[in-house]
Amino acid sequence: MSTTRVVVTFHTTTEAMAWEKACKEAGLPGRLIPMPVQIRAECGLAWLITPQEKECLIKGAARLNLSYGNVVELE
Amino acid sequence: MIYLDQAATSYPKPPGVIQAVYETLQHAGNSGRGAHHLSLSASRLIFEARCEIADFLGAEDPSRIAFTANATESLNLALFGVLHSGDHVITTELEHNSVLRPLYSLEKRGVEVTILPANWQGVVDFSALGNHLRSNTRVLVLTHASNVTGNMVDMEWVGEFCREHGLILIVDAAQTAGFYTYDLKHSPIDILCFTGHKGLYGPQGVGGIYVKPGLAVPPLKVGGSGIQTFSKTHPSQMPEALEAGTLNLPGIAGLMAGVRYLKDRGMELICHEECELDRYFYGAIREIPGLEVYGDFAASIRCPIIALNILGVDSNLVSQLLAEEYDIYTRAGGHCAPLMHGALRTRELGAVRFSFSHRNTKFELDSAVQALRDLALRLGRETL
Repeated sequence: MSTTRVVVTFHTTTEAMAWEKACKEAGLPGRLIPMPVQIRAECGLAWLITPQEKECLIKGAARLNLSYGNVVELE
Repeated sequence: MIYLDQAATSYPKPPGVIQAVYETLQHAGNSGRGAHHLSLSASRLIFEARCEIADFLGAEDPSRIAFTANATESLNLALFGVLHSGDHVITTELEHNSVLRPLYSLEKRGVEVTILPANWQGVVDFSALGNHLRSNTRVLVLTHASNVTGNMVDMEWVGEFCREHGLILIVDAAQTAGFYTYDLKHSPIDILCFTGHKGLYGPQGVGGIYVKPGLAVPPLKVGGSGIQTFSKTHPSQMPEALEAGTLNLPGIAGLMAGVRYLKDRGMELICHEECELDRYFYGAIREIPGLEVYGDFAASIRCPIIALNILGVDSNLVSQLLAEEYDIYTRAGGHCAPLMHGALRTRELGAVRFSFSHRNTKFELDSAVQALRDLALRLGRETL
């Protein structure tokens, strides 16, 4: 099975909101969704991207010094 | 109607505040309780408000601002969170019961409390602060301005003292948020407790607490947070750590609108206008025979609050007559500051408190001055 989607997890709702605001302002890809059930994360929100968008997003997040939980690949 | 009770709650609220509350009630979901449009809108609004308030207070990180119901809740959070049995805390006679009562309660749990006296003008001499230090002194908790006299504490000086001696500085900003321009990032204040409905022009029932990065305040209440659902313990990350339960979204929306109103008008201008009203009123009443005015009016900056009495007359009666006969609204009695009234020697009569905002006018103050002149003549004669 190949990776079909990638989600970024967060520690808190506030962290997810800060992430969304910064990504939108920087033109980075993705959108907020409810956390998929197979991931046990702290916050109920996740940031959804395609596998192709992953590298661009993570580099952008590092540039913006954004905090987040994990990057999880889903089949 | 002339409203001179701004220290109790600001009135009238700016139209933008009322509109924000109204619109939020029309479209509100619950923040952090889902990923649908209404819930996300609520989360975004709260984050936006957090950013706005952090910017207004000069805080380094919006996540260090947690929303509460009022300054009292914030102060309870701070004091019960930071102080433990065996600790020593220093405070003053200037304090409101929102500081004093938590401290009396903590005293029963083994916290040692020192209360610095105020003089007859309601001013505390902090130069002797060092004499009160003990090996277990942990916290200094102070109001930034007396809610009775309007006199302010030199927080920069006190803050430096706290830094030098490794003390946590907790500040009650109930009267100063929206009057004094904070720069928390560069300030020695460790915890700032504020309410939304006074100088910040928000609705009642919303306030906040700032906690400096690196300092952890455990929650007073735990429960739903929208995160870490399967954990038995409440999250420790700010700000969710201090925000158990559904937040007051309409209140937060109104508070954000209030802060934006202040930013648009400019804090420097607001402070200037309010100080001018304070000086104008004091200048007009100081010569009225039979009045006693409380506080230090030589201070370079004061909150726009003036407390006074018609000599020998119950402050509640004066305030009642001002309301009923002149349509002028003030606050009488003890103002929840019992020790301050001890210092001012007004425990029996209380005091009539006039408090102004930049939305008041000199014309309104002239009416209040004339009413006081009339009442002083009339009631003063009756008490002879």
